[in-house]
Amino acid sequence: MIDSSALYRKRKRTNQLALVMSMLAMGIGMGFLAWILIVLLYKGVGALSLSLFTQPTPAPGSEGGLSNAILGSAMMVGSATFIATPIGILAGVYLSEYGRKGWLAPATRFINDILLSAPSIVIGVFIYTVYVAQVQHFSGWAGSLALTLIAIPVVVRTTENMLNLVPASLREAAAALGAPRWKVVLHVVLRAAKAGVLTGILLALARVSGETAPLLFTALNNQFTSLDLNGPMANLPVVIFQFAMSPYENWNSLAWGGAVIITFGVLCLNIVVRTLFRKKI
Amino acid sequence: MRAQRFQDALFHQTTRFFAFSVLAILVAILGSLLYGAWPAIKEFGFGFPFSAEWNPVTDKFGGLISVYGTLSTSVIALVVAIPVSFGIAVFLTELCPPVLRSPLGVAVELLAAVPSIIYGMWGLFVFAPLFADYVQPALSATLGNIPFVGTLFQGPKNGIGVLSAGLILAVMVIPFIASVMRDVFEVVPGILKESAYGLGATTWEVVWNVVLPYTRVGVIGGVMLGLGRALGETMAVTFVIGNAHRISPSLYEAGNSIASTLANEFAEAASDLHVASLIALGLILFFVTFVVLALSKLLLMRLGRMEGEKT
Repeated sequence: MIDSSALYRKRKRTNQLALVMSMLAMGIGMGFLAWILIVLLYKGVGALSLSLFTQPTPAPGSEGGLSNAILGSAMMVGSATFIATPIGILAGVYLSEYGRKGWLAPATRFINDILLSAPSIVIGVFIYTVYVAQVQHFSGWAGSLALTLIAIPVVVRTTENMLNLVPASLREAAAALGAPRWKVVLHVVLRAAKAGVLTGILLALARVSGETAPLLFTALNNQFTSLDLNGPMANLPVVIFQFAMSPYENWNSLAWGGAVIITFGVLCLNIVVRTLFRKKI
Repeated sequence: MRAQRFQDALFHQTTRFFAFSVLAILVAILGSLLYGAWPAIKEFGFGFPFSAEWNPVTDKFGGLISVYGTLSTSVIALVVAIPVSFGIAVFLTELCPPVLRSPLGVAVELLAAVPSIIYGMWGLFVFAPLFADYVQPALSATLGNIPFVGTLFQGPKNGIGVLSAGLILAVMVIPFIASVMRDVFEVVPGILKESAYGLGATTWEVVWNVVLPYTRVGVIGGVMLGLGRALGETMAVTFVIGNAHRISPSLYEAGNSIASTLANEFAEAASDLHVASLIALGLILFFVTFVVLALSKLLLMRLGRMEGEKT
């Protein structure tokens, strides 16, 4: 009997130890998130000002903002999302609506999930070899193409998931009324899953807004305000990278300001998407 | 009727075309990397990944240093991230009050949404100085005295280097591993867990003896996903790894990973052979992550099938 109560105590101790460790792990995770956000607020909020949004990047030691980088980022991210959306949705439609038989759908699903996690810098190298090296100059279009390739898998994945949630009876009802397949898909299925598909697009937008690596040698950077997607273009992530690594104090503080804008933008998008569509993702 | 049938076929083929284009992207990436790397492959042959020479002046290149940096930082990341992710997943599925489950789950996912350049800045300007002042001396004084292993923890204590990069990578991959683990833990049939509880098992015994064996395949899949992420992570590593092209026995020394070498040198590479060698590094990275991620996907699919059979 003594033995068994000792065993019982040991089991109980192990259990408590394990549960405390588990809580500790959760604490570590949350601690890092809080630490990063607090550091950003502490270092970055002081750099936030109206001139950050209205003035272009300055020379070392002089006044300026990030307007050209914000504009460039918006143009590249916007055009990338704009190109990736129809491609991603149509591919997702194929996987969900026509993907029952054949080899293409399982293969695409598999490859798409791999591309979802593929190293983004390699996407940059790819665009460099097929586009930048051919036309012999860095350009906003190249950056935007690289971001497109990163956005497509996100849209494909969520579109397929969301369309799969649409009940089959809805499709059958539409088909029974004599609607052709394409009308069923476009007017009934996609419309029913509208909110979910939009989620995917927003997630893709959030994902590409923070991407730095693929822009380093596609869009490069530009000190001046430029609306020409055909030339090198300033963008927030690369400017943050260069300014953070520089020895100049005013550049460093601009980098923290940019970091705050980008992080809180991306996190807000994520929170909105995830709380609004929590059950569906 | 005829028109409708034509429209239907057109729509079907259009969606098919775009699904196919996703496959085409992969083939195009592999093909173009192979094409771009060809001069380097021809020049240095298959010894390229095993040569430690990297000299733009004499045009001699080898990938060993970068490959070593990528592998060592990823291994450190996994060693740290696996137990923490496991703890988080156990907390979220077994311990957490239901009210908090959803917000905490979102919070863990937010850790994955923070752009990697932010991790880099935080790592270089905030984490590294503290790491150098408090953690590195402590590690040197304790682990540094163990024979053989000790040399890993001796060296310049400036907070920058392979170990710091690995630790920051760990924070970055925790959310990926933790959310896969949480998802697979949730598929364990309640009846299995309840039977174990009914026999008097403690929570920990249920997790260790019932949940974990049932989901083993999925857990490994999650770890592989984390590894795939860690291997290709660029900006955070570029900030803190120190960007020195050498291999040293100490984890405190600066190094270089494949991704950080690409980030630093690609836009400024002068000779064609230099560019080709960098592309060859990219090819190695893409190939390795592809294999790791494919393995992860296959394992997770196997768990999904297992689940399908039982219900």
